[in-house]
Amino acid sequence: MTSVRLAEGVLDTIRGHARETYPDECCGFLLGAVEPGMSSDRRNVGTAERAPNEFAGERRRRFLILPEELRAAEARADARGLVVVGFYHSHPDHPARPSAYDRDHAWPWYVYLVVSITSSEVPAVGVFELDGDRGEFDEVGFQTGAAPTSSLGR
Amino acid sequence: MTRSTIKIPTPLRAFAGGLREVAVDGDTVGAAMQELVRQHAGLARHLYAADGRLRSFVTLYLNDQDVRYLAREATPLRDGDVVSIVPAIAGGSTGAGPALPMLTLASAPPPGSSALPTDELRRYSRHLLLPEVGLAGQKRLRAAKVLLVGAGGLGSPAALYLAAAGVGEIGLVDFDTVDLSNLQRQVLYTTGDVGQPKLKVAKARIEALNPGVRVVAHEERLSSANALDVLRPYDVVVDGTDNFPTRYLVNDACVLLGKPNVYGSIYRFEGQVSVFDARRGPCYRCLYPEPPPPDLVPSCAEAGVLGVLPGLIGVLQATEAVKLLLGTGEPLLGRLLLYDALAMQFRELKLNRNPECVLCSPRATQKGLIDYAAFCGVPDGGAGTGLGIPEITPEALRDELAGPDPPLVIDVREPNEWEIGHLDAARLIPRRHLAERVDELTRARALVLYCRSGDRSARATRFLLDLGFSNVRNLKGGINAWADRVDPRVPKY
Repeated sequence: MTSVRLAEGVLDTIRGHARETYPDECCGFLLGAVEPGMSSDRRNVGTAERAPNEFAGERRRRFLILPEELRAAEARADARGLVVVGFYHSHPDHPARPSAYDRDHAWPWYVYLVVSITSSEVPAVGVFELDGDRGEFDEVGFQTGAAPTSSLGR
Repeated sequence: MTRSTIKIPTPLRAFAGGLREVAVDGDTVGAAMQELVRQHAGLARHLYAADGRLRSFVTLYLNDQDVRYLAREATPLRDGDVVSIVPAIAGGSTGAGPALPMLTLASAPPPGSSALPTDELRRYSRHLLLPEVGLAGQKRLRAAKVLLVGAGGLGSPAALYLAAAGVGEIGLVDFDTVDLSNLQRQVLYTTGDVGQPKLKVAKARIEALNPGVRVVAHEERLSSANALDVLRPYDVVVDGTDNFPTRYLVNDACVLLGKPNVYGSIYRFEGQVSVFDARRGPCYRCLYPEPPPPDLVPSCAEAGVLGVLPGLIGVLQATEAVKLLLGTGEPLLGRLLLYDALAMQFRELKLNRNPECVLCSPRATQKGLIDYAAFCGVPDGGAGTGLGIPEITPEALRDELAGPDPPLVIDVREPNEWEIGHLDAARLIPRRHLAERVDELTRARALVLYCRSGDRSARATRFLLDLGFSNVRNLKGGINAWADRVDPRVPKY
């Protein structure tokens, strides 16, 4: 079962972005590193990077990150020794759970973070990964805080 | 043969044996990709849709150029070219299809209008606490108009919950009076209401629950002559009818007027719910282009229905209506929800538009409302047991039974109904066994058939007449009429 660690400040960055674009959906990249584990990976997300929402229609309910943007983000990440481990987007006035549309456009391995935001409430966050059989999203546990800088064994 | 390299993005490496790149033969981008999924079949479903085309969000780059600006998959390759697979990242908060515009209400609340009065803030507080409703949503409900066709088993719970939710105007179409047999399921009415017109009682009950709701009573039979005018002012139509001609009429009127039709139906222990909106998906006719033969699907009056069943289905219809009005959640557009109460299971069927639908497709030939009784094969519009069958009244049967040459009386109901009560002179041959037991009926004698209300026995009479029996008559009004007019000791049910 994949797990995710979000560095300090990542969630704040994401929530801040979501509030700025509300009532439209915001979107962006999760950059970090993959820490292989005994039975599953851990994704350590060091940074959240904004992406423009290029959806041509109703951005209250849809977002789109163009492939060129992803390539550019991958190049930037690579230059810093990082990897794009996933993406975030917001659901204005909608729960922090992926929709059928999310599922139809998702790939496995990537981590998808969804933040629910309304005009007044504190945003709620959910993190998901698509299962390899393209069936459903699995909810992924996440922690916030600094990753250990060294490990003396597992 | 040209040799190129395809770079495998991280998410898909697990399906390509962990490889970061794969060398493939192929003269074009498309051929190289086909070779890739031939070598690594696990990649196919992540790259290609069921119709064999590249998934809409998958983009291919040849060296550093998006192939959509070249010749797409026909782009030719040279030795040493590198193809990259990059997804667009797309998603959204609702549904599986493109984002649907919110329903435009016939009378939309003016922007920036005043807050709700205090008593409404309290009444709807549990709605206001939901981000998906909130003040804006509650105002939309208040400005909305919903028409319920039928105030019976389905209409009762739907009306109650839509009124509770604060829908501003609820129209009701029903010309019936409250009958004792309704109270097993039609929870809008009480015992003291028996004999009263349903709409009069419903209006009072709804207004007592929520005085803020305006109830418009359409105490008339819906027909091709009035349907368009009756439906026109409403935003959403909830179909709770109990007969096929009206179902088709309501569907057709909704398609012609461009209104969503929240469909619900019940039969014995099963129910169905869907939302038909021809602007965005299939209509009722796409699912059922023709009605079933009139005697194939009995009404609740004939087949019976579990009382609790319309309670659930009616509330599901109200739920869909509220979602359409709020513009939230995923409505049952293009989805037929099937409920089996005995198994306690829900299933879903995907509904597609019929590209040849006579009503809602680009090739539609029907441009207006038609004669629905004729369409459904019911000559007298579904009221009563016409069908041109010879009949006998209960009084006349009583007289003939007391006379010198009484007819043979056949009860065509089910054994459990026979046990409730039957005519002393009768013999039980359930209708479904009639065909096998025809030999028991001597052709010389006169025959009279009866059932509970006269519908089933009318069809059985037709059946025997068609077989060549010359002297067969249907007891008009069935055993219920017999109990009313001849022998009150026989129980009615």
